[in-house]
Amino acid sequence: MQDIINSIEQEQMKKDIVDFGPGDTVKVYVKVVEGGRERIQVFTGTVIRRRGSGLGETFTVRRVSYGVGVERTFPVHSPRIEKIELVRRGKVRRARLYYLRQRYGKKGKIKEKMDNR
Amino acid sequence: MSRAVKKGLLARKLGMTQVFTEDGQAVAVTAIEAGPCVVVRKKTPETDGYSAIQVGFMGVKERKVNRPDRGQFAKAQIKPTRWLREFRVEDPDQYEIGQEIRADVFQEGDLIDVTGISKGKGFAGGIKRHNFHRGPMAHGSKYHRRPGSLGAKGPARVFKGRKEPGRLGGERVTVQRLKIVKVYPEKNVILVKGAVPGPRRGLLTIRDSVKA
Repeated sequence: MQDIINSIEQEQMKKDIVDFGPGDTVKVYVKVVEGGRERIQVFTGTVIRRRGSGLGETFTVRRVSYGVGVERTFPVHSPRIEKIELVRRGKVRRARLYYLRQRYGKKGKIKEKMDNR
Repeated sequence: MSRAVKKGLLARKLGMTQVFTEDGQAVAVTAIEAGPCVVVRKKTPETDGYSAIQVGFMGVKERKVNRPDRGQFAKAQIKPTRWLREFRVEDPDQYEIGQEIRADVFQEGDLIDVTGISKGKGFAGGIKRHNFHRGPMAHGSKYHRRPGSLGAKGPARVFKGRKEPGRLGGERVTVQRLKIVKVYPEKNVILVKGAVPGPRRGLLTIRDSVKA
């Protein structure tokens, strides 16, 4: 029964998603419709959360732009996302990086993870 | 079941998931295993006083079927099914005994009414059962989720039909005007926008919508 649902989800899921997780810096290529024309906008930031499973999986990217923190949550398998590019791996010790919201400057930095996963 | 249906099917709820539209909207859908149903018996005004077809859904071992039903299946020479239900139809002669009705009678974009037995919630208070408002939870109120007044003191009794706490759920519910998002004819699965009554594996009846 559940496998029927899984197979329905499977056919909509993207197969070419890069392995990324909390702490990583990513570039998200989002398709936006502007005045009837479609173009691609890049949203770069730190992944602070990745939740859910299957087709409903989402992730949240945080960036500080002009001193204001901006967070956007995307469905991993959304057709509005052209691609996700991994820029840098981060060394973090928890799955939800909500503490970054209280930090700025050097404290809000995440060390790069050097070993190759 | 008084209305003659154009399309009717017995189905089983599989569970919910989501589907992305072309513009990236995620639509919550319920996956339903719809059919195949077998026509077991035709009812005509001459013999039964009304027109209907009796359909069966989901095969079952013969020993699990009671004797009266077993006789029905034997007469129609059909393998026993777990469920038997009737659909009123305009003209039962459009159908043959033993004919299979499959999910492909429905198409993407069709509006349907789905009937099922809702999940039992047990003894529920007025807030959950009748959408009452609640009292303040703090500031010494002590009047958190109580039902409030049951009426004036004049009649010296409570009027019939007063909404009060009690058993909730486990009753027949019909959801009207649900849109079919997708049909998988080879799997006999349809995806319906929104929620549908009952638990997973529960029996559903699908009919073309009255309000279509």
